[in-house]
Amino acid sequence: MNCAEFEVLLHALIDGELDAGHAREVEAHTATCSACTEKLASFRTMREAMNGAALKETAPAHLRTRIETALAVPTSRVISMRDFFKPTRRSFFGGFAVGSALSAAVAASLVLTVIRDNQEQTIADEVVSAHVRSLQAGHLMDVATSDQHTVKPWFNGRVDVAPPVVDLTAESFTLLGGRLDYIDSEPVAAIVYQRRKHVINLFVAQHLGARRAHTASESIQGYNIRHWSQDGLDLWVVSDLAGEELDEFVQKIASALRRPSSAS
Amino acid sequence: MPGHDAMANDAVAEQERMRRFRDAALPHLDDLYTLARYLMRNATDAEDAVQECYLRALRHFDSYRGPAMKPWLLAILRNVCNAEFARRGKEEVPTDFAQDESVAEDMPMWQEPQASPEKLILRQQDGATIRRLVADLPEPFRETIVLREVNDLSYQEIAEIAGVPVGTVMSRLARARAMLRSAWNAAETATSRPATASRVMQ
Repeated sequence: MNCAEFEVLLHALIDGELDAGHAREVEAHTATCSACTEKLASFRTMREAMNGAALKETAPAHLRTRIETALAVPTSRVISMRDFFKPTRRSFFGGFAVGSALSAAVAASLVLTVIRDNQEQTIADEVVSAHVRSLQAGHLMDVATSDQHTVKPWFNGRVDVAPPVVDLTAESFTLLGGRLDYIDSEPVAAIVYQRRKHVINLFVAQHLGARRAHTASESIQGYNIRHWSQDGLDLWVVSDLAGEELDEFVQKIASALRRPSSAS
Repeated sequence: MPGHDAMANDAVAEQERMRRFRDAALPHLDDLYTLARYLMRNATDAEDAVQECYLRALRHFDSYRGPAMKPWLLAILRNVCNAEFARRGKEEVPTDFAQDESVAEDMPMWQEPQASPEKLILRQQDGATIRRLVADLPEPFRETIVLREVNDLSYQEIAEIAGVPVGTVMSRLARARAMLRSAWNAAETATSRPATASRVMQ
């Protein structure tokens, strides 16, 4: 590879999109090439300055109000939504298809050898997608009951694990039921809880890329995620519940798993 | 009255749908507005575009099955903006990020980086200057760098939004940063040493 080819990879390195092998290759090259070393340093400096410059805009208050007001209206017809938006100064923005921009699964087939093999990230994204999907009407539960002794046996023969189904009503996490979901093309047990208005999805399978004993936290698109491994199970928890409350939930599930009698 | 009940149920379902949409979509308002600012280049058009984006997203919310909400909304927004540009027939709107209009209207500030390894100055620029430098980048480099640096999307997500292969995203990003670095250095030279422009030529 020449310096021009390495330059593209320098950016992927800065952006954390390189797999370990290519990252080592780039680092080996920069060790012997002062021009590329300098470029790497300058791009890093520039990136830091951009982060420091707070390029993200804050939407003006009147725009936020306009949109929030419109979306708050309990209307039964979407069409009438238009009336709640302030009319724009012209008949604006016509003709459009969502599909066209999203159809590009094309991208997936390219340069994937260079892009980090990040199974965990993929699964995190899929777990969030599954959570969002579950929130749509009629998708939340296959078996809807707050009785753990009904939910747990329901999974027999549907998934290859016996997922922990725990009664946490005393801790004000209400068991809503269970659902068979698919993450990474594998069947996964989804157990649904609720605290106040916040739905919590607990996904359990043998191999869900958690692979760590301690709990990892992240947040994607505003959803809080916790995942960990315990007793040969990978567990993922997703909710729009506040982080601390979700941690409390994780603790309850983890300790219930340690005391199998109460989880059965 | 069964008819009345059915209507009431519809209304409840609709409210529930609206609540789900609000919870999922509203947290991304700032991200959407930021991209709209950089694409539409002024505040009024950006606001119209964001508003239209929310309307369309709501209409398509029932068929939404992923990807993650933020890239989905950004993809819709990008389509809204492009449709508007197509409607206007490509006329470029001057950005209101530029504080110094004469600079913005002039020759583009960016240049291809020199082949020789240049000494890099890259002093700290203030936020307003950095915003203007980004706003002055030509498309598609502007949207690529904003999606990456401001909206914090992965290469894969940017590729899906822009409808191009990941490799194209990578090369656009490299071009964008190279241009930005040249403009950055030029801005540095212009602000700190206005009388010694000839030294840059050496």
